[in-house]
Amino acid sequence: MATTYEKIATTTLGSAAASIDFTSIPATYTDLRVVFVGTMATSSYPWMRLNADTDSNYSDTYLYGDGSTAVSGKNTSITGWYMGANPLSTTVPSMQTMDIFSYAGSTYKTGLSISATEFGSGQRMTDVIVSLWRSTAAITSIKIFSDGGYNIKAGATATLYGIKAA
Amino acid sequence: MPILGTVASQFSSKPFTSFESIASATGTGSSGTITFSSIPSTYSHLQLRCTARSSSGLSTDYIIIRLNNDTTANYTYHGIEGDGSTGIGFGATGETAGFSVQVTGAGATSNIMGTAIIDISDYASTNKNKTIRHFGGDDKNGSGLIGLRSNLWLNTSAINRIDIISYRAANWTTSSTFALYGIKG
Repeated sequence: MATTYEKIATTTLGSAAASIDFTSIPATYTDLRVVFVGTMATSSYPWMRLNADTDSNYSDTYLYGDGSTAVSGKNTSITGWYMGANPLSTTVPSMQTMDIFSYAGSTYKTGLSISATEFGSGQRMTDVIVSLWRSTAAITSIKIFSDGGYNIKAGATATLYGIKAA
Repeated sequence: MPILGTVASQFSSKPFTSFESIASATGTGSSGTITFSSIPSTYSHLQLRCTARSSSGLSTDYIIIRLNNDTTANYTYHGIEGDGSTGIGFGATGETAGFSVQVTGAGATSNIMGTAIIDISDYASTNKNKTIRHFGGDDKNGSGLIGLRSNLWLNTSAINRIDIISYRAANWTTSSTFALYGIKG
């Protein structure tokens, strides 16, 4: 039986860093999954950028619940993908999972993210996002970073998985 | 199997041998139905992963799933969705197929695809009705829909066939891909 779901790479930060980068991603899978668990040095959103594309080619539609209300919104023509909600704490990690479909194909790329931030004191949120990257290029690199330009704190972990269909 | 969102560091570097590809299919451009049949009953759960766009002249379509070719009113659904401005909840009973999430139609900008992850729990059981979870949507840089849905199929038969159908009776484009995975217990 061929392997269908395997880890491509993982990074756990031993010290604070501006980003976590996965490069030279092979085109041999059908989908990718990125799991990020961590905190930022200053409260900010975890972002993802593909193939180092800094142009306004990204957008998303999101839905979150904060314990009392379901809220939907969108971002258009922005310069990265939101991976999930802002982990308002700088000490309690949030968890973000991003699935990227047909990442090596020739259509625009779509991602599905689900995230959870739950750290008491009235601040908690679960968030789902569908994201679009308007590029037909195969994804070969992924950068995870803070949208505010802050460091990712030591101990954060990001893992890249490949999922392969028959 | 790896549980969605579980801390990654607890996994070993070995592949997940409990997550296996059963079959995959690509849209033909001339049919709005993808069929996975003769599904073995040797797994605990199933997962469908879809990248989909239909030939509908509208900018949206929806995935419909039918189990064991059952066309009677044995399906229910509930969901929450966000369209970029409002979050809503909804549901229905007595449906003739399982209503999944929004994907993209040909009325949308070229190359934009919708996506879905569909999990079917305990599909081989012969003494339980079946529960399905859908997560997916599409974004078109200014419009889109993100959704979570649940389906109940009021039937205790083991699932051995799944049809993935265009709600708008359009055709799945050749850029559409559908993959069925089995998850061992």
